[in-house]
Amino acid sequence: MKKKGIVAHLEAVNEYEREPIPSSKLKGLKSFIGMYAGEHTAGTEFVIGPLFVAHGVAAFDLIVGLFVGNLLAVLSWGFLTAPIAVKTRMTLYFQLEKICGTSLVKFYNVINGVMFCFLAGSMIAVSATAVGIPFGLAMPSLSDMLPNSFGWVVAVFVIGAITTVVAMFGYQQVSKFANIAAPWMILIFLAAAIAVLPELGVHSISDFWAVANEKIWTGVPMQGQSQFTFWHVMFFAWFANMAMHIGMSDLSIFRYAKKWQYGFSSATGMFIGHYFAWLASGILYALFLQQSNNSAEFAPGVVAFNAAGIAGAVCVIIAGWTTANPTIYRAGLALQSVVPKWKTWKVTLITGLVTTIAACFPALVMKLLDFVAIYGFLLMPMGAVIFIDFHVLKRFGLSDFYAEKAGIKLNWAAGSAWIITLIVGLLLNKLMGIEVFFLGFPGWFVASAIYIIFSKFYQSKTNLKTAST
Amino acid sequence: MKNIILKLVSYLALAGTIIPSMLVFFGDMSLQTNKNIMTISMIVWFATVPFWINKSADKMGDEEELII
Repeated sequence: MKKKGIVAHLEAVNEYEREPIPSSKLKGLKSFIGMYAGEHTAGTEFVIGPLFVAHGVAAFDLIVGLFVGNLLAVLSWGFLTAPIAVKTRMTLYFQLEKICGTSLVKFYNVINGVMFCFLAGSMIAVSATAVGIPFGLAMPSLSDMLPNSFGWVVAVFVIGAITTVVAMFGYQQVSKFANIAAPWMILIFLAAAIAVLPELGVHSISDFWAVANEKIWTGVPMQGQSQFTFWHVMFFAWFANMAMHIGMSDLSIFRYAKKWQYGFSSATGMFIGHYFAWLASGILYALFLQQSNNSAEFAPGVVAFNAAGIAGAVCVIIAGWTTANPTIYRAGLALQSVVPKWKTWKVTLITGLVTTIAACFPALVMKLLDFVAIYGFLLMPMGAVIFIDFHVLKRFGLSDFYAEKAGIKLNWAAGSAWIITLIVGLLLNKLMGIEVFFLGFPGWFVASAIYIIFSKFYQSKTNLKTAST
Repeated sequence: MKNIILKLVSYLALAGTIIPSMLVFFGDMSLQTNKNIMTISMIVWFATVPFWINKSADKMGDEEELII
């Protein structure tokens, strides 16, 4: 394709960032099933499963905790996110602009975009651990926070460049790639775990439970790692994508859905990716620990290569790539609302560069559980604001989309709900020792209550530009 | 006809990914042989699937409805 043709094609990509999706552009159920299955069977699954092993989760706690947590996540998408998305058909960012005003949304979007970049960065870093295998790259260990070699940086930049180029071509291309890779990736996770079970001492199905407790999820954390319980697992599984369901980020995805029930298509991602893939990757890591005499090296690519050969390593690369694509796309949308006149592809290009630089730091991988929890909690309050604005405010005689109707740039009620919730979370964490994994649940109620109470006072003091609908 | 053959080959590649691992589990195949078969299956999958999977998704995606 000629250069002019590529630019013309990129500029023709229209993602309807500032207008409702027209009915002709709605997508069928299969698009969402494919996207969720692909997106949540990802590079990070090769990290999260092993980190549960490192944190000494017991077998029962993991298997039951994951089931309950993932079920709650699916229900959150189905009952909280999707119904609002199909009613409004707007991106999270455009909807927030109407509720909170442009000033607050710009601030929110920068934070949101940066968090997405870090998340996508961790996925690219995971892929790099597989790309580095044939080059004998020194792999990072559990305690590494900074890049450990020039080769590592090169590997990260190669993966980052490819991911960014695909993301620049928009949702359609991302969805198509997920469709192609997802079925195969899922089977690789499953097949690799089944094949290594005999190496761990499982020679029949009846052996599994005893080996699971004695050699895989032993209930004893590795040196330097905290102890995880059933509650850690359940809340982590529920809130791993908190920004996307309770935080409403996936309004941008489900605005394309024909029906709100498509929200339950997230079950493919949760129960294949966040259930079986986490169990499978934990099994692979247990074998790696057994064979390496409890090595501190933490390289998902190497773990997969040991278990499934070249196919395992390629799976890690593609799994990271598939997830990083929609994440960079989301980050692009977040940052584009700050600079709405920029074309989507240009914003995505810059987003991809920031993501790739972040991916050079192994800390993103080693502290992934904490980062994912913080990221969800940080963005969750705005999801509570959207939920209350959509379902509750009118019942109290208050106006929805208040910033738009009052013609203000900053809705202090929404801003206060966000900031105070984060302060309350910080205090709960620092003063009462409540871990970040548990903050999202009380935080949602704090944000909701503050938004209602402050709106009551705030809206009575300011006049609406137009009559409330 | 061409699509049917491609689909069949793709599904065989998926079978080649999962079935050998079961044979390893039951002690009928070595782990190394399994790894080799998985690699071949991967190549076959990615060589054949782009020709049909997204075409089917586009066609069905616009028509399929969820009934609850």
